[in-house]
Amino acid sequence: MKLITEIRYLLKKEMVLEWRSKYALNGILLYVVSTVFVCYLSFKTTPPLVWNALFWIIMLFAAINAITKSFVQESKGRLLYYYQIASPQAIIIAKIIYNMLLMILMSTIALFFYSIVFQNEVGDKLLYFAAVILGAISFSSVFTMISAIASKANNNGTLMAILSFPVIIPVIILIIKLSKNAMDGLDRSVSLDEIGVLTAINLIVITVSLLLFPYLWRD
Amino acid sequence: MSKNWWKITASVFVLYSVVTGLLLKVPMLPILHESIRNLYFHVPMWFAMIVIYTIAVVNSIRYLQTNDEKYDLIAVESVNTGLLFGFIGLLSGMIWANFTWGSPWPNDPKLNSAAIATLMYLAYTVLRSSLDEEQKRAKISAIYNIFAFPVMVVLLFVLPRLTDSLHPGNGGNPGFGAYDLDSNMRFVFYPAVLGWIGIAIWIMNIRFRIRKLENIKNQI
Repeated sequence: MKLITEIRYLLKKEMVLEWRSKYALNGILLYVVSTVFVCYLSFKTTPPLVWNALFWIIMLFAAINAITKSFVQESKGRLLYYYQIASPQAIIIAKIIYNMLLMILMSTIALFFYSIVFQNEVGDKLLYFAAVILGAISFSSVFTMISAIASKANNNGTLMAILSFPVIIPVIILIIKLSKNAMDGLDRSVSLDEIGVLTAINLIVITVSLLLFPYLWRD
Repeated sequence: MSKNWWKITASVFVLYSVVTGLLLKVPMLPILHESIRNLYFHVPMWFAMIVIYTIAVVNSIRYLQTNDEKYDLIAVESVNTGLLFGFIGLLSGMIWANFTWGSPWPNDPKLNSAAIATLMYLAYTVLRSSLDEEQKRAKISAIYNIFAFPVMVVLLFVLPRLTDSLHPGNGGNPGFGAYDLDSNMRFVFYPAVLGWIGIAIWIMNIRFRIRKLENIKNQI
């Protein structure tokens, strides 16, 4: 029970901080919108395969940019303070949940804007949206732990990309396949495999993060 | 002698598999022809790589539990050896693919997965070199190693099975044992696998001991 209260407080704190500065939210939103626009100006029209892949590549870079800062922005003193008042599990869970909410919001807006700018037929709109949500959740669960690792090393901008790309590739392969199924309007039972494996990856990643973060947080 | 029996066994197995692998009769299969002999060299590389990466993860876990520098050294040298075997595996596979599938890099999920797994461990070495302080480096790289391992397992063992692959045993294709690995080939293949795993552990062991000696020398 103590854990849940801690998570709730930490989550609230993240949101209040975000709301006060609005730095991450606005920055990332602008980033997504301008990337979509750059892509639109350079592609104009795209075949469905490219449309899907391009969306996920935009989301990938937006996610890396949004989540990298989740540990870097905390000052050393503030981290020290958290460690005194909360358990490491609560900190990492709160960060993961917060990043998930941020990413879900972001990818919904991105999808909305993207499909307005780029005309494209999506067969099964609901499943595509579910794929986007699942993608946002997977990105945030993987990247949160990696950003915690990268924040411990200096020069973490490059490091974040190097460390996270190999880990995120299996996820992105599955997501692209799932959303392609949705675009083609295939029967939903076809996509159950991908959804199952994605959920399994998420569970594994979150469990491993919970186990490993207590070792990482102490300096 | 009693401590080195496995090194001798591994060397004998590898020598045996090289000689018999090149000399013994193999089943004549379409497309594969004589290149099926590469089975004795290409596939054991992957077995050895998986085993040595597993050793790396186990030692990373042990490092986090004990904070003993020894385990960190074993982990990093296991990763280095695993990378070596991964590269040889990719290379021997590319040569084989060039003859049987027509190009060195056909779009096959197993190839891509193996390449990504190699990238993951290259990232591990980059992460290590970006940290200066020894204990911090050991701890953070151990954490990344453990974090990346389950993803690598998914990458190498789950994803290729979901899609069609040129490799046997994937996408509904039967595995090697089912149709083309006749009993003669088994007698060469299994010793080859065991032998190369032994050689990989031996290389790791030597590199670990060199690293330990260097550390002792640098401490003075």
